[in-house]
Amino acid sequence: MIALGVLVFAAVLLLALTLWRRRSPAILRRIDAYDRLNREVGLAVEDGTRLHISLGRGNLFTSRGGSALAGLAMLRRIAERTSVSDRPPIVTSGDAALTILSQDTSQSGYRAAGAEEQFRVSAGRMTGLSPFAYAAGTIPIARDENVSANILIGDLGAESGLVAEAADRQDSSLIAASDNLSAQSIFYASAQDPLIGEELFAAGAYVGAGASHEASLQVQDVLRWLVILAILGGAALKFIGFNF
Amino acid sequence: MRVFTAAFAIASGLIVLLGYFFPIQPLSQLRLILTDWAIVIAGFSVLIGIFNLIAVQMEKIRTRQKGSVYGALLVVSLIFTFGIGLLLGPEDPFMRLAVDAVIVPAEAALMAILAVTLIYASIRLLRRRVDLMSVLFLLVAVLFLLAIMPTPFGPIPGDQLILDVAGMFSRGGARGLLIGIALGTLLTGLRVLFGIDRPYGGN
Repeated sequence: MIALGVLVFAAVLLLALTLWRRRSPAILRRIDAYDRLNREVGLAVEDGTRLHISLGRGNLFTSRGGSALAGLAMLRRIAERTSVSDRPPIVTSGDAALTILSQDTSQSGYRAAGAEEQFRVSAGRMTGLSPFAYAAGTIPIARDENVSANILIGDLGAESGLVAEAADRQDSSLIAASDNLSAQSIFYASAQDPLIGEELFAAGAYVGAGASHEASLQVQDVLRWLVILAILGGAALKFIGFNF
Repeated sequence: MRVFTAAFAIASGLIVLLGYFFPIQPLSQLRLILTDWAIVIAGFSVLIGIFNLIAVQMEKIRTRQKGSVYGALLVVSLIFTFGIGLLLGPEDPFMRLAVDAVIVPAEAALMAILAVTLIYASIRLLRRRVDLMSVLFLLVAVLFLLAIMPTPFGPIPGDQLILDVAGMFSRGGARGLLIGIALGTLLTGLRVLFGIDRPYGGN
């Protein structure tokens, strides 16, 4: 019942804050990685280079699918913004269903920009089904496809270290976030501006995906404070000898 | 059509969610049916994904792009293994050999390369960002490695202290990160459930 209560509370808060944010957009704190991301999107269009967006291996049947969906929301906006480019972004993933969704999402972005004829299905690629097969299939894209920035956002594991290394060898930018702790520590060492923890889910808000994404960040903040209060309250109750 | 797909997706999501919280008929039955459908569709999506992989490699070969030889090797191996797998079944000794003698060693080799890559990335970290957090990150990583690595002389002095003290902070930090990720996942799921984000048919 607690889980259902949290879910309903979060849902009501999300809808209310989305309506509010439509009228007054939020002022977001600065995150260097997303500043870099927005800069790289603009530069890629101007320079005629490509963006490589990797959505990881997040299976939509598991809780890991959440990070993949966050990556797709960001992809939708980036596809819209880069639809005028000669070289459309390449989207790689290590899950078949995610590949199909990435193609569909890219197409939606192109359609929204009025450039659907520019869309190519081959821009959404499945590079491998196992972690290292995925990394081995993704490295040549980061290396050989005139990529100026690699955006790795989704459920990525330790194998992403190989992709990060390939990006570094090409002197291309790396913007990376994962829901996996091993990958987060690897990105902390590899990326210029690392994204830690739930910053992954802020991608949509920072690329201008809409009021609902800004509202999501606010709801996360509210829920985080509630979790902190629950932890502190639980510790205090335990300390005074209240067992539960 | 897009309205129909959105309505169907939202209804399916709500039924599965309600079936999870209220295991009563017909919700739980519908939940199982929808989950079964999703599993079948996911199975077919793997075939589509493999077709996508072949199509991309064939395009590479046709336009003679860099690395097209590897693409040809991949396509031939894939078709050969798929055909043999269909004829003999996945439990056949030959199929097991394909996994044990090709896939496992190749992935183990990549893992070994990854270990070297990570050491290299750690060394470059201080060149990229010299701040307190980077120094602390490296220091803790080195201390952990020293504490858990086997040595010819047995454990290093104070290994348990390092594991306890540094482990306490890192476990706390990891839980904080995981709670944040769980909240982010919850909100992302709600946006999809309400049809605000529609990765299945465009907004």
